[in-house]
Amino acid sequence: MKNKMTALLLGTALTLATATIASAQDKTVKIGSLSDQSGLYADLAGPGSTLAAQMAAEDSGLMAKGWKIDIISGDHQNKPDIGSNIARQWFDVDKVDTIVDVPNSGVALAVNNIVKEKNGVYINSGAATSDLTNAQCSPNTVHWTYDTYMLAHSTGQAMVKAGGDSWFFLTADYAFGAALERDTSEVVKSSGGKVVGGVKHPLNTADFSSFLLQAQSSKAKVIGLANAGGDTTNSIKQAAEFGITKGGQKLAGLLLFITDVKAIGLETAQGLSFTETFYWDLNDDTRAFSKKFAARMKNSAPPSMVQAGVYAGLMHYFKALDALGSNPHDGAKIVAKMKEIPTEDPLFGKGTIQPNGRTIHSAYLFEVKKPSESKSAWDFYKLVGTVPGDQAFTPLDKSTCALLKK
Amino acid sequence: MSINLQALFAQLLVGLINGSFYALLSLGLAVIFGMLNIINFAHGALYMMGAFCAYFLLNALNIGYWPALIVAPVAVGIFGMILERTMLKWISGLDHLYGLLLTFGMALIIQGVFQNYFGSSGLPYAIPDVLKGGMNLGFMFLPIYRGWVVIFSLIVCLLTWYLIERTRLGANLRAATENPTLVRAFGINVPRMITLTYGLGVGLAALAGVLSAPINQVRPLMGADLIIVVFAVVVIGGMGSIMGSIITGFALGIVEGLTKYFYPEASNTVVFVLMVLVLLIKPSGLTGRAA
Repeated sequence: MKNKMTALLLGTALTLATATIASAQDKTVKIGSLSDQSGLYADLAGPGSTLAAQMAAEDSGLMAKGWKIDIISGDHQNKPDIGSNIARQWFDVDKVDTIVDVPNSGVALAVNNIVKEKNGVYINSGAATSDLTNAQCSPNTVHWTYDTYMLAHSTGQAMVKAGGDSWFFLTADYAFGAALERDTSEVVKSSGGKVVGGVKHPLNTADFSSFLLQAQSSKAKVIGLANAGGDTTNSIKQAAEFGITKGGQKLAGLLLFITDVKAIGLETAQGLSFTETFYWDLNDDTRAFSKKFAARMKNSAPPSMVQAGVYAGLMHYFKALDALGSNPHDGAKIVAKMKEIPTEDPLFGKGTIQPNGRTIHSAYLFEVKKPSESKSAWDFYKLVGTVPGDQAFTPLDKSTCALLKK
Repeated sequence: MSINLQALFAQLLVGLINGSFYALLSLGLAVIFGMLNIINFAHGALYMMGAFCAYFLLNALNIGYWPALIVAPVAVGIFGMILERTMLKWISGLDHLYGLLLTFGMALIIQGVFQNYFGSSGLPYAIPDVLKGGMNLGFMFLPIYRGWVVIFSLIVCLLTWYLIERTRLGANLRAATENPTLVRAFGINVPRMITLTYGLGVGLAALAGVLSAPINQVRPLMGADLIIVVFAVVVIGGMGSIMGSIITGFALGIVEGLTKYFYPEASNTVVFVLMVLVLLIKPSGLTGRAA
């Protein structure tokens, strides 16, 4: 009887021990790259973001240490309901640990709630809304690359300083446009300017002439484009057609990506100034990465800042996993670790992740080159200024994130 | 918002410009439906091909805008005729649904192929030098190119209407739709006529594509975004009515322009609201004959 008892206890102990060893050695991780794969944001994120995620997995060095990294991708079609469904299925059925990219603020905010509920990790690079690290902040979320506060404060402030003290907004009619208009209006007003009007247009509009005519008749000095992707390129092209810039009004492309500049063409885009946090031709590190990236892209395009952010965000995530030694499958714990380690990668340089999830790194003011200054296919930007990270993003004391009020 | 008369005129004019695209596209659809009884969902994809054709002519062969206005519609028209001969021909006489599904599938394939090679953000196409710049009309600044689009598409629409409703060729064509067997007995090659008609409808779509290339981006999805609105235009105007689709095209462009002024958020939906209203009151469309 005694022997039997000992054997049972021993057996139980053994089982427990193996279980602990098994979990200590769980070195599998599954990442879902959720994006607009075929619509207006597909070129600036989409398949390129999935490639960036793959490159991060390869460059992380984790695979050599016995990790198994799985990357899958999904198409949210810019619809919050579809994005939420995919996210839920990924967590419940496919056992995904981490969701990356997610452009389109509307979808991004919907997915944010699900990741929090499922205790996953959310590394958002594609969405602009600063709400992700303010009112809607979550212990499971890291927001890389850019946000509306940063765009408003860099481009917006620079325009007001240059004399553009009255604004009219062309705003995409969804979460992102509203956030960008709100943040920029605040900057304009606090810098002594005024907002004289604005118009909200539906997402994915082909013809902006009606809206541009309203902007023109408003006599505002600056027309702020609180939209993105195809909407921005169409606005800029058609503004040139209607003689708006020649008439003395300035266009402020608050959010412009390299793919947009390509689509507009340097002839029309030259002289536009705007802010990005990554450009392929910034330094040797960015050039080296971009060369490798472009070689694997179908149209040989260099990475956009969103795609660069997916790479950098995941590299940092892998660093945290490495530090933890295994995958705890506990999103909040991993994100806490990510916040603990300072960020450093070849694309965004050194930085930190704030307690509200906001990644802090430098932002750059660029100006589009003249066609005569462009030496190669993607040689588009002139660097005109650098905004250090601590000035570019929301200061912690102004963040409305509930995580900060503990 | 106080109503500014000048701004209102400007919006009317802008609406007219968009209306000319709607008119050209819905005209092509009406011709194809009226003569062939095919609901051509590939129309948007063929419109996009017209724009891409102009882009290739310029960038690969250095052929400019003016020749492209003729070359692109002919080239895409021939492509359309091949589609008709190889695929659409086999479903003539079947229920409309088959044609709709087949052309919808073709549209997805064509768009998918273009998207695979060119991405989604579009390619630039410059306005021809002669049509650059604009005129100050007092109440608005009218880009010369847009003025040209209105006038040119109006002429094309009227010529097409004349060809079908007032010439002998058009009469034969209409007769062939009514009663193919009888018309064949007169020694007219009906299948060839049908192929040519499809080519004409497709050519009109491609022409609209070339016209829109300098204004919009040359993008694989440019047609997909537009085609649903154009179908609404055709439904409102009355399926198959040539003049009906021209007038409705221009009229809806104006309605949309006014909506963009008074309540911009609804500008994407106003056409569909009108469609529902028209269908409730007059199911055959404003100018359509009862089926």
